[in-house]
Amino acid sequence: MKLFVSEGNPHCLKVLAALEETGVQCDVQCVNHEEKVVPFLSHPALPALLLPSGQHLFSSDAICRYMFEVSGQESSELCNQWLEWEATDFQPALLQALHMAVLQGKGSEVPKVLQGPLNYLDQRLSKGITPYLTGEVVSVADIVLWAALYPVFSDSSLSLGEHKFVRAWFDRVTGMRSCKSAAQKVLQGKGLQGMKSYMQRQPAPQSSQCRDTHPCNSSPAESDEGERVVSEEEMGAAALAWNKGLNTCPFTTDRQHPILPQEGKRNILVTSALPYVNNVPHLGNIIGCVLSADVFSRYGRLRDWNLLFVCGTDEYGTATENKAREEGLTPQQICDKYHAIHSSIYKWFQIDFDFFGRTTTEKQTQISQNIFWRLHERGFLIEETVEQLRCENCKCFLADRFVEGTCPHCSYPEARGDQCDKCGRLINAVELGEPQCKVCRQTPVIRSSRHLFLDLPKLEAQLEQWLDKSTSAGDWTANAKQITRSWLRDGLKPRCITRDLRWGTPVPHPDFKEKVFYVWFDAPIGYLSITANYTDKWEKWWKNPHQVELYNFMAKDNVPFHSVVFPCSLLGAQDNYTLVNHLVATEYLNYEDTKFSKSRGVGVFGDMAKDTGIPSDVWRFYLLYLRPEGQDSAFSWADMAMKNNSELLNNLGNFINRAGMFVTKFFDGCVPAMELQQEDKKVLALVGWELQQYIQLMDKVKIRDALKHILNISRHGNQYIQVNEPWKKIKGGDAERLRAGTVTGVSVNVACLLSVMLFPYMPTVSQTIRDQFNAPNSCMNTMLQGTGTFVCVLSAGHRIGTVSPLFQKLEVDQIEALKKKFGGQQMTAQSAASTQSATMPAPAVAAEVAAVNGVDPEKAKQLTQAVAEQGDKVRVLKAQKAEKAVITAEVAQLLDLKKQLALAEGKSPEPAPQKGKKK
Amino acid sequence: MALRELSSLEKYLGLKKPNKYSTQGDKKVPVLQNNNGPPLVGLVTVACHLVKQAQRPELLGDSAENRAVVQQWLEYRVSKLDVCTKEDVKTILKDLNLYLQDKVYLAGNHFTLADALVYNGIHPKIVDLAVQEKEQYVNVTRWFDHIQHYPGVRHHLPPIVVLRNRIYTSRHH
Repeated sequence: MKLFVSEGNPHCLKVLAALEETGVQCDVQCVNHEEKVVPFLSHPALPALLLPSGQHLFSSDAICRYMFEVSGQESSELCNQWLEWEATDFQPALLQALHMAVLQGKGSEVPKVLQGPLNYLDQRLSKGITPYLTGEVVSVADIVLWAALYPVFSDSSLSLGEHKFVRAWFDRVTGMRSCKSAAQKVLQGKGLQGMKSYMQRQPAPQSSQCRDTHPCNSSPAESDEGERVVSEEEMGAAALAWNKGLNTCPFTTDRQHPILPQEGKRNILVTSALPYVNNVPHLGNIIGCVLSADVFSRYGRLRDWNLLFVCGTDEYGTATENKAREEGLTPQQICDKYHAIHSSIYKWFQIDFDFFGRTTTEKQTQISQNIFWRLHERGFLIEETVEQLRCENCKCFLADRFVEGTCPHCSYPEARGDQCDKCGRLINAVELGEPQCKVCRQTPVIRSSRHLFLDLPKLEAQLEQWLDKSTSAGDWTANAKQITRSWLRDGLKPRCITRDLRWGTPVPHPDFKEKVFYVWFDAPIGYLSITANYTDKWEKWWKNPHQVELYNFMAKDNVPFHSVVFPCSLLGAQDNYTLVNHLVATEYLNYEDTKFSKSRGVGVFGDMAKDTGIPSDVWRFYLLYLRPEGQDSAFSWADMAMKNNSELLNNLGNFINRAGMFVTKFFDGCVPAMELQQEDKKVLALVGWELQQYIQLMDKVKIRDALKHILNISRHGNQYIQVNEPWKKIKGGDAERLRAGTVTGVSVNVACLLSVMLFPYMPTVSQTIRDQFNAPNSCMNTMLQGTGTFVCVLSAGHRIGTVSPLFQKLEVDQIEALKKKFGGQQMTAQSAASTQSATMPAPAVAAEVAAVNGVDPEKAKQLTQAVAEQGDKVRVLKAQKAEKAVITAEVAQLLDLKKQLALAEGKSPEPAPQKGKKK
Repeated sequence: MALRELSSLEKYLGLKKPNKYSTQGDKKVPVLQNNNGPPLVGLVTVACHLVKQAQRPELLGDSAENRAVVQQWLEYRVSKLDVCTKEDVKTILKDLNLYLQDKVYLAGNHFTLADALVYNGIHPKIVDLAVQEKEQYVNVTRWFDHIQHYPGVRHHLPPIVVLRNRIYTSRHH
């Protein structure tokens, strides 16, 4: 007999406790969560017990029962009842609770979810007179329920409320040796976090959006479209709303610039992380910040919020200097060139900024220097001396990656300034033997340089106080909260804000004349300076925390700078700055490659998306459909084609087109008279409910989840048409013709609602639909007010325009061709390395892409591989005593790759002053 | 629904005196008013009780192993089958099909309560299948047809026609 378990899997707690308690003889093997132990199940199921007969048990409860039975304790009827309750009522609620607590960081909502079952358990226990659930001794029911409860009960951070009897019973069972030992084995003292990797592999509970918050009712079937029961009241209310008609005030798409906060309105300031200028953004960058922020901004404007959306390119720093050297241009020229590229890409993607600026402006200097002086005057800056290598020939301090020499540990002659590739040890650049400047090959000298540090520890208490408020009142994504917490947990250290560089905002202090601000002190100030370039009254947005709500959009690697470093600068400046209220961070978007290219996936870049011939709206749709909300997701060409063909063409487009065609073909282009029957009211109610869900989710910036509700509506619509068959009824008698008319009229109005809901996602398609139907623009804001109302926009007699298909099929060969063109071969890091020569050829530039502000883990992975391969190549050449020129060329290539890797990993190629301090 | 299922089971078991039932909560969980003790809650719990009442313990499995397997499928019925979404159905059918590849009954070599309850639970899903799909899940269909014709099992559910000859010889459709 053999028991298979996996770490951090709460169900394994049950079986291990039962095993120890019963003393049954059995081998235990720990396997991966993904391990397929039970041959007939499609999804891995653990724990699993291989019985002597060769059969498998895959239910933890059945395994526990079996162990108890073999040891002579058959389960009683009361026991059966507890086990059934545990499986059908308690587990679904627990699954949801764990999902919230472990993955979503919403521990505070757990008590609500578990309240029902816990109350029930408490009540039952309060009536009993025995110490255990079913009697005087421990039974299988005690073990199973204890284990189910253990993860949430043993975590003190979840305040689950007073359940006196449950607590007493739980503590009694926890005291048993078998249970203690099982808990240690499974969770290893890591508490809820120990279950993270297990939970990530579980399908998300579907009940979170259920209207019914009672946990016992949260069966997935309820959220299944077909089975959602619509009550009479709902239908009545939907029919009533339907007849309300449009607001009289028309919706204007023209904005009056400059937009400024207004009294009595919801004033929302949206920023998207500033893309680093020296590269073409890739799809991950686009979905991570600008596209997400754009969808939210478009939605906000529909909701009639007074909203300003600003962004711009982040232009200072070493990376720009390097790029300039590579391309033989000045840093300013590089910035001008790439700023234009960025602008045109975002324009193509229809990113509707109110203002898209840049950081290399006079305002940037003014505002950064002002904040600097205020911090200085208030004693939040400290001075430290740092030792660095300086190349007198190049007249600059050398970044760690720009110097190499002999490793002080293993004497390897080509050690880098920060790490030796041979022994792998970290090196302080000043310790290198025979150091060389990588640019000119001269020997640098050690110079001490004074730098300024932002005294984060001094601001920590203030920061924490503000964070408590902001994270609890605002909508911070789970990852944003988590990353911020981990920074605070490790304790804040002073952070250097100056750099020995030329391309940056000059430090105004006379003692630090030759220096500029470190990009991360300076870059977020870009939000302020860009707004200042948009309007002189920028302070109405940025020094107005009482009127303004600030949303920051970014990918998760940018979180600490927005939640810790930048807020500290602003808090320390004590100038009533607007601090972030809602920090919205995505996970990463990865690239899924075809099977024949296992090792390296490749990105698709902003400027290439256009060349595919696939419309911008479809790109937007697919990226938003994949938006890495809550977990990483992967881009795939095949999947994109599938989503286009199934969701856009067959579902959404098909419905809208059919609705329009019926009006055109059967009713001469005029919306027919409608007489609502029960069935029509039901559709109105279903659609209205989806609309409300959409609004609730969008208000919380759950952009991807909200999109699903749009697609649900067109599914309801298709089904409604399919069942009612207006194309048949139109040929029938008067009653039947009226029926056909009603169904057509309702459908075309649903399509109109869809055009509104689609607007944030697919602005062009949205407009096209309204154009085809001649829909009044006022429908845009009417239906999205308040909690959302679905009204009849196109009433009987309204004449629609010419209807034509909205989407095109993406054919397999077309997508295959694109995959070949853009994915793989020419862009793998390896080929990038082998084609690299003095000037970088175009395909290699592609591999150069860095994510927002330079960090790109996907690329780092590719480059790590490329560095390793190139390193091997060099070693082989050296072992073969190849010609010096050949080796030098290969070494140069290796160094270049390493430099790229450093950038991709987000390590600054500039000197790291703190390292010098350690000496 | 669950109550009709329990009364079918009573008929199958030949229990003369019908029991008194009620339901609890929005999910209409069946409750058996038990004269000899506190009420019993839950379909599986009540069904097991009826089997014991009828003194047919073999229906819960004839060995410790089979008893565990029976309980496992009973739990599967109420915690998986009863709450699955449309997408889940395909996976469930696929898994069951593979499981039943070399089996006549769900547990051991005899008809058990597991067969009865899983049959009842899967009936609405099988109703929705096209002929072609039924062929795709050939083992499930074979088992299903066998159980629905098992004497005394099918009381409250309509029979489902299963074709004996294969129409679709391969899956290329």
